[in-house]
Order: sequence, then structure tokens, then C-alpha cells
Amino acid sequence: MNILETLENLWNGSGFQSFFVGEGWKNLVMIAISCVLLYLGIRKKFEPLLLVGIAFGCLLVNLSYFGPESTDALYHPELWSAFLDEESEFYHSYGHVLSHGGLLDILYIGVKAGVYPSLIFMGVGAMTDFGPLIANPKSLLLGAAAQMGVFLAFFGAVCLGFTGNQAASIGIIGGADGPTAIFLTTRLAPELLGPIAIAAYSYMALIPMIQPPLMKLLTTKKEREVKMEQNRNVTKTEKIIFPIIVAMFVILLLPSTAPLVGCLMLGNLWRECGVTERLSDTVQNALMNIVTVFLGISVGATTAASSFLNIKTLMIIALGLTAFAFSTVGGLLVGKLMYLLTGGKVNPLIGSAGVSAVPMAARVSQMEGQKANPSNFLLMHAMGPNVAGVIGSAIAAGFLLAVFGK
Amino acid sequence: MNINFTLLAAQTADSGTKMEIGDAAITALFGYGVVFAGLVMLMIVLYITGAVFKSKDAKVKAQEKAVLENVKKEVEANPLTVTPLALPCAPGSAGHVKLHGVPDKEAAMIMAIVADKMQTPLNELRFISIKEVK
Repeated sequence: MNILETLENLWNGSGFQSFFVGEGWKNLVMIAISCVLLYLGIRKKFEPLLLVGIAFGCLLVNLSYFGPESTDALYHPELWSAFLDEESEFYHSYGHVLSHGGLLDILYIGVKAGVYPSLIFMGVGAMTDFGPLIANPKSLLLGAAAQMGVFLAFFGAVCLGFTGNQAASIGIIGGADGPTAIFLTTRLAPELLGPIAIAAYSYMALIPMIQPPLMKLLTTKKEREVKMEQNRNVTKTEKIIFPIIVAMFVILLLPSTAPLVGCLMLGNLWRECGVTERLSDTVQNALMNIVTVFLGISVGATTAASSFLNIKTLMIIALGLTAFAFSTVGGLLVGKLMYLLTGGKVNPLIGSAGVSAVPMAARVSQMEGQKANPSNFLLMHAMGPNVAGVIGSAIAAGFLLAVFGK
Repeated sequence: MNINFTLLAAQTADSGTKMEIGDAAITALFGYGVVFAGLVMLMIVLYITGAVFKSKDAKVKAQEKAVLENVKKEVEANPLTVTPLALPCAPGSAGHVKLHGVPDKEAAMIMAIVADKMQTPLNELRFISIKEVK
């Protein structure tokens, strides 16, 4: 046995050596980025349930993938390029991915097929009380207004040279709804999934920092002090009928929303119907946790250095922030309009909760309202626009999918 | 099976095609309009269903009011035979709470706050009386 030759072979086969070959340094940068994301998730508690998984997925892929020659990689971008290439013999071949892919390629099938985002929506539906929205249907206007950032960021992305599909995927970051962003991006621009998912979840975590300055800028102290009347009581029957009506109405309007809206409303029906507590409990807890594990790690895997480290990622991060800011502005402006039209009965701060991000955005409305008037309780009023935003972002995604999807 | 991974990697391309800025502006405006239209229509549907349930609720409340008025009349007529404690309890209730100088709404808030602080569901607690300390 030639020890030197063996050592040389070991070195040549190791990942350490790969850092110093070609563009291997990019992997080092990505490893540093994944450590920063881990820090933000663990220490700063930025959406930790997903961000920790995404960051670790990012770490794993950049430790094992150094280009198409990497035989032991956990994720192979080139397999997915072939999957999407209509001229490839492996076009839309999950069998090819299963037989040649690594662990994260196999887990990623759930993202690509739209399974994980839909199941997450099912859990969100099972955890959400739509009562405040049913009691005050006007909240839907705020949920609609807060999609302004989606379309402004879409327009901005086209101006910056992105394709229509990419711009649509970037715009949906403004919906402040991670599963919807992932769902749409995997269908329209899968090559951007990593940066879009990271931007979406990071900004959702940053809502308490992004929204308050805009809320203060766009509202007067008098408006922020408004105390709203208590909502009417919603009957159990109304809560049972609501998911059925919404599913029928929205899916008939935009069939492309069926996976998201269908799962959201099924989860909610399980919660409200009163005879499926076991299922509701499973969807809210066990299933949600399992899917979160798979979703986080497989989305993180799409951040291979070769596809992540480029100017487009920076542009996506900037456009994502713009989208979030304008969605907040849209909600606040319509909130102010409602304040004027109702003679001061609506506190415009609830408008900013129209950017789904349940329940973080509603909490921010509550906190800002209470800062202006300590006896103000806006939380339940803000939950209406907040859950309306979930439906609104799903409709926005459905529209973009209908326009740009094949 | 031999796969030319290098060739496949080179095929990674942007999804979709470039758009004209004018088309993008129209798409953005139209999309925003569709979201509004969809949610406005949903709002109308919710108002209609809400109106149906409100009218049902009003009927039930009118019936309850009539029952309470009957009880009130009976109490006035026979003050010793019917006491507030004889009134029917709400479903799942453990009994009546004696309120001393505390309005119903404030009592409900106090009970909710106590349950929250004790991390115990409200239906597992029993409140005997609530008295305002002046």
C-alpha cells in the first residue's frame, strides 16, 4: 500500500480539496451564508421552524455539491434541469430523479410536485379561526389591497430584466406567504426557488421591523388611537359553511388555486365541523411538523452555490423588501379610506395586517394600536384582514399561474 | 446509462420569456384588479350568508327575550319562589356567578384573564362570585 498515494487520493476525493478548485470558493461563501441564516434562525428566532431547516439544507448541499461531477452530492441541480428541459429524454421523469438523485433530490420531489406547500396550507387552515373575517367581511378588501406589493414587485422585476415567470415568482414574495411563494416558484421559475424562499421567510420574520415605520408614516396619531367596536358573534354553522363556500367560489373563479385553497379550506373544515378533532389535531401538529421538516431542508437544498451566488439573488432580496413594503402600504391606504368612509370607526392600522403572515402582522397592528392608545385591542379586528390576506395571496398566485403557467 | 451531466448543467436556463414593460404594467394592473374583484365577490357572498344567519339569530334572540321577560314577570309576581339562581344555566356551565357591583362584560373579561394567567381552560374553572373592591 502506497501511503502517499492513498493520502493523495483521499485529499482529491475530499470536499476540502474541492474548495480550491474552479469555483469551489463559492461553496465556502454559501457555507458562511448558511451559518448566518442558522444564527438568525436560532439566536434571533427568525421563523426558526423553517429557517433552521432551510439553512441546514443550504449547508448540506454546499458541503456535498461542487458541480455536476460530484458523485456523492445530496442534491443535483442538473437532474432538475433535465427534468424541466422539454428536449431532454428525462423531461418530467421522477423515475430518473429517484434512481440518480441524492436524499435531498428525493425530498425535493414533494416541493416540485406542490405537495408540501399544499399540506402546509392544510395545517394553516386547521390552525386558523376565520371568525373575525366572517364577522367583518369588509376585511377582505384590506386583504386584497395588501397584494399591491405583489404586482408592483412583479412590474419592477420585469423592468430589471427578469422574465415574466421569474417576475411573477419574485412578486409573490409580497404576499408574505411562504408556502404560496414556494408553490408558485416551483411552477414558474424553479431556478429561483432558493433565494425567493429565503427572502420570503426572512422578511416574514422581519415584519415587526418593516411595518411599524410605514404604519407611523402613513397614519396620524388620531387614526391610530381609534377603538373599534366589538365584532358580532359568529355561529358554529357559519364557520362550517365558510370553508365550503370559499373553496367552491375561489376554485371556480381560479382553478389554478385549487391545491392551495382546497387544502386550506379542508383543514379549516376539519377544525370547525366538530366531528374530526383527531384529524384536525394531526394536521395542526404532527403532519405540519413533518412537512415543515421536509420543506425546510429541501428548499435549502436549492441554494447550491452555482445557482445562488449571483446578482439576481441580490435583486430578488431588494425586490422582496419592496414587495413587502408596498403590500403594507396598500393595506394601510385602504384602511385609511375605510376610516374616512366610516366616519372614523375603522382603525387604519388593521390594514397592514392584510399581508397574510398570520398572525405576526395582526400582532404588529395590535402593538402599534396599543402604543397609540393603551386601551386599544385591535388583535381580533386585525385577524380579519390577516386571514383575508392568505386568501388574497392565493388568488394572486392563482392569477399569476393562470397567466404564466403552461 | 451514461448521462452527460455537464451538458445538462449547461442547459439550465431562465424560465419563461422576457416581457415588454407595457405588457407587464397591464398584467400587474389587471392582476390587482382580479384579486380585488375576487375578494369583493367573496365579500358579497359572505354578507349574504351573514344576513341569513343574522336574521335567524334575531329570531332566536327574540324568543330568548320573550322567555326572560316571562321569567322577569314571574319574579316580580312571586319574588320569594323564583330566584336568579333558578334560571337555566348555559350548556356546560357549572352554575351562576354572583356579581357584586361588577357588570357582566367586565366579569367575563376577568374570568378570561384569570383562565389565561392560570393556563387553564375556562370551562375547567368555577367562579363562585366576583366582587368589586373599592
